[in-house]
Amino acid sequence: MTLVLDALTVTLGDRPIARLSATVRGGEVLTLMAPSGAGKSSALGAIIGSLPAVFGVTGRVLLEGADVTALPTRLRRIGLLFQEDTLFPHLSVAGNLAFALPAARPDRAARIAAALDSAGLSGFGGRDPATLSGGEKARVALMRCLLAEPRALLLDEPFSRLDAALRDQIRRFVFDRARSLGLPVILVTHDAEDARAAGGPVIDPFGRSINP
Amino acid sequence: MQRRDFGRLLSGLALTPLLPRRARAAGWEATLDEARGQTVYFHAWGGDPKINAFLEWVGGQAQDRYGVGLVQVKLAATTDAVARVQAEQAAGIVTGGAVDLVWINGENFAAMKQAGLLYGPFAQGLPNWPLVDTAGKPATMTDFTLPTEGFESPWAMAQLVFEYDAARVKVPPQTLVAFEQWITDNPGRFTYPQPPDYLGVTFLKQLLYGLMKDASVLQSPVDEAAYPALTAPLWALLDRIHPALWRSGRAFPANEPALGQLLADGEVFIGFSFNPGRASAEIAAGNLARTVRTFTLTGGTIGNASFVAIPFNAAHRAGAEVIANLLLEPEVQARAQDPAVLGFQTVLDLAALPPEDRARFDALDLGLATLPPDQLGPALLESHASWTTRLAADWTRRFGVAQ
Amino acid sequence: MILAALPRLTLALMALPVLAGLAGTVGPALAGGGAGFRALLGWPGLGQAAALSLVTGLGSTLLALGLCLLLLAALYGTPGFAPLRRLLAPLLALPHAAAALALAFLVAPSGWVLRLVSPWATGWTDPPDLLLLNDPMGIALMLGLTVKELPFLLLMALAALRQDRTERLMTVAATLGHGRVAGFVLTVWPGLYPQLRLPVYAVLAYAMTSVDMAMILGPTLPPTLSQQVALWQMAPDLAQGPLAAAGALTQLALVLGALGLWRGAEALGRAAVAAWAVSGRRSVWLDAPARRLALATAGGLWLGLAAGIAALALWSVAAEWRFPDALPARLTSAGWTAALPGLIPALSATLMVALAASLPALVLVLGCLEAETRHGLTATPRAMALLYLPLLVPQIAFLPGLQRLALATGAEGTWPAVAAAHLAFVLPYVFLSLSGPYRGLDARLSLAGRSLGASEQRLFWRLRLPLLLAPLLTALAVGIAVSIGQYLPTLLIGGGRVVTVTTEAVALSSGGNRRFTGAFALLQMLLPALAFGIAIAVPRVLWRNRRGMRA
Repeated sequence: MTLVLDALTVTLGDRPIARLSATVRGGEVLTLMAPSGAGKSSALGAIIGSLPAVFGVTGRVLLEGADVTALPTRLRRIGLLFQEDTLFPHLSVAGNLAFALPAARPDRAARIAAALDSAGLSGFGGRDPATLSGGEKARVALMRCLLAEPRALLLDEPFSRLDAALRDQIRRFVFDRARSLGLPVILVTHDAEDARAAGGPVIDPFGRSINP
Repeated sequence: MQRRDFGRLLSGLALTPLLPRRARAAGWEATLDEARGQTVYFHAWGGDPKINAFLEWVGGQAQDRYGVGLVQVKLAATTDAVARVQAEQAAGIVTGGAVDLVWINGENFAAMKQAGLLYGPFAQGLPNWPLVDTAGKPATMTDFTLPTEGFESPWAMAQLVFEYDAARVKVPPQTLVAFEQWITDNPGRFTYPQPPDYLGVTFLKQLLYGLMKDASVLQSPVDEAAYPALTAPLWALLDRIHPALWRSGRAFPANEPALGQLLADGEVFIGFSFNPGRASAEIAAGNLARTVRTFTLTGGTIGNASFVAIPFNAAHRAGAEVIANLLLEPEVQARAQDPAVLGFQTVLDLAALPPEDRARFDALDLGLATLPPDQLGPALLESHASWTTRLAADWTRRFGVAQ
Repeated sequence: MILAALPRLTLALMALPVLAGLAGTVGPALAGGGAGFRALLGWPGLGQAAALSLVTGLGSTLLALGLCLLLLAALYGTPGFAPLRRLLAPLLALPHAAAALALAFLVAPSGWVLRLVSPWATGWTDPPDLLLLNDPMGIALMLGLTVKELPFLLLMALAALRQDRTERLMTVAATLGHGRVAGFVLTVWPGLYPQLRLPVYAVLAYAMTSVDMAMILGPTLPPTLSQQVALWQMAPDLAQGPLAAAGALTQLALVLGALGLWRGAEALGRAAVAAWAVSGRRSVWLDAPARRLALATAGGLWLGLAAGIAALALWSVAAEWRFPDALPARLTSAGWTAALPGLIPALSATLMVALAASLPALVLVLGCLEAETRHGLTATPRAMALLYLPLLVPQIAFLPGLQRLALATGAEGTWPAVAAAHLAFVLPYVFLSLSGPYRGLDARLSLAGRSLGASEQRLFWRLRLPLLLAPLLTALAVGIAVSIGQYLPTLLIGGGRVVTVTTEAVALSSGGNRRFTGAFALLQMLLPALAFGIAIAVPRVLWRNRRGMRA
């Protein structure tokens, strides 16, 4: 699986705020690094297709060779992990996972249980997401993301809210999963340590290489 | 019989009553046939649960006797019904109108009749019409000096009576002079509904009756040239008593029920209403103190009749006629006069009734506060409608905008 | 696409009846070369009545908004706020007329308060002759309106406030050394007021044109303009139609003028807040008196509501209750037994109309908000003004025209027609109560759902709808309460054939019988109170294991 950004450019009015060309192969992590508010969330919006109409987007996003630039977010199959907790508060942990699992998959309960087991969260299915710890939430969020069977992962500072000890553990958990599934990953962060831990190339919103 | 013929002449129209009796009976049979199965929407003021209950009972009678259903559309004001028929007329609805029967009198009747909003004449064609005391109670044929001409059928008599709490008023003031003295001696304990409320204007007219040398001018339209001099004593009297009224005349109750509530709350000691039996009925219902009694003024008080009329586009005209006739049944009239029920005065000529029907009236217990008919005093005629409008407008100009 | 066209359709649904009705009023007002306006100018009370409308409307709105700000600033997020929140539902469920009657009975010279202290403390065995109600300045009316408007504004504010954000802002302000009140006014209020603006306008327009409250509490020499117009409309003399129409249009102009005045005052308010912020004054001294005043206000509302309902309940069973007795001498069930036979049909008709108006309103509002989300539409100020037209244009100005329309189409007299007329009044309120929470939904949740492959359809049913359950039910309850409160539209469009608890209650209260008024006022409260109760209870039960769903 490969994710290609082909001269993907975001403009606001006449002003370009991001311009990216990159190829991310399965299991690789590309880190997009910039201080807060410097075009990285716009770039992220362009990749998943959630930018408001005021932004102009040119260039292409290719997934496994197919151009997905014109597709709506839900058809791009790019998984997204947020900085904040976006578990659905009205559903249980299992309900959140079931929401992600495509409808056609058989043995839903067993798949969800297996996903929880693999994240070290056995028996958490009936829990209220609001009662989970930060680390548990992050793991549930990743499992939810993966159950939707994405073809690439986009990480929007997903570790910045975790304390240092947990952070390393969750980071490893996420990258290991992505690598074992062969998913291309783009990590958006302002944190040099995150960038170093990702191990891949590090660029700014205009594609310039950075040494974190 | 002669009296009734006189009544017909008064109506000034060649009406169904001139038809041979048998034809009338046959016509009525047809009306009954047509009415069976109809449901009559009777638009009537719904502010008095006693009246609502009475109409409910009438509905039961109509169903049992004639197979006619009756639904009281409870109005906060009769004008709601007038406005509705008017709106229907404006919309070109000439059949199937919402209002089948309306409780009406005075200005509302004048307005509807003038605008051609009423069906008729029909009243003299009702089988019970001959029982109406048109000679002894001319108000049954003349509504605010306007001849009814059969466009409305009477069902109750009303007369202005004053209600007082005998525990607080030792001697009720029965003359205008005594009344003024009492008001000045008891500041804050009397008031009247704010004109142009119907009862409020009636009070002004009652004062005029006492102040004018020749009150017969009230029967003619207002003469603009004579009006200022004729009414000057009235405004002078009001200027004198207003500072001693409830709230020093800076606020007035809205209508008869509001005035009645003030009497019930003990805020005023003397009130008045258009129903001689109201006080007794309210005492019986526990709303008024048992010490409340009624009185009228020497020289008489204003009286009038309540009517029912049928709009020109009523959907259930036959049913409405059946109800109008049923309201004139001696049994129904006697029930209405029972103070425990309504305490309304009958429109029928008791002397003309068969003995068993008369007995129904004789058996009635008048109640604690109701004056017997011989002590009620004369019923003075309502004035010409133009007086109502003129007095109300004048009152508003003088007192309607407090400084 | 149907959804994209829905906002336009809804606006048309709101605006058309009002404009058609208004056209029906302009005609008679201008007929005969402006005879109606000449008659209006000839009425000596015009200036004073117009001034009264302005003063009571602006005064009560200002007071209600001020108290709303005070309660939020002093108590929001403190334990003192919880009882206040619980008070909102019953206060909103209480119909205006019933609230006015209850208030009147509490504070009248022959009212309960004076009965409780007489004669032992006052020496009065007869009610004193004091002008406490119907005062020429309209103070009693202003207070009555405030009591009804404050809960509505509070509800709207609570729907718009996001607790976590508000607390963050307050904490920041506190760490900078600001007092609670200063912190709220300087950091939270500037963001909150724009969301409250339309509800405030609706409140202002309502306060200026309310007829039922003015009839019970307002001055009579002269009355407020709208009440006088209603009196003219009810006058049997049909020739007063043009006069009433001219008065109604003048009332409309007055409302527009007051709204303009208010807009100007908003700029002043903004400037004042800005000046305060720049001055750097921390104003900590404000907190203690503000807290005391807020607690007193909340306590007064609680006490007033409890006493008011108790008074209505007592009156509904009182057989004899003379001044200065504190309690009725005898009790009777006559009021209730007389109310019973017509009760079931009246209640079911009321509920049917209320649901038939509120449910479509809810669907339309949801559709408009979904269209906003899905098609990136934004509600322009002009569109919002159109949506609120039925609330901003005085009812007396367009209902008679609307009635003529209903007659012409043969729709009047049926309950669907009544429900359709109610829709015009219900929908803006449903929009008011739902748009804040809907737009306040965390957009990232939807984005997360989209990235998981969910369609907009699925996001709506499985995500947004359940997340909005509580505000949806509240909006429905508000809609039901608004529908149940409608008297004039029910009477005019229903042709007397659609009998609701409200038409019964108003007809009965015109007879001044407190026993029936009390019974029917309580019955009028019943359905909305039930709806608000469900709106509170259902989410609580359903989300009892979802901490993140609690407000």
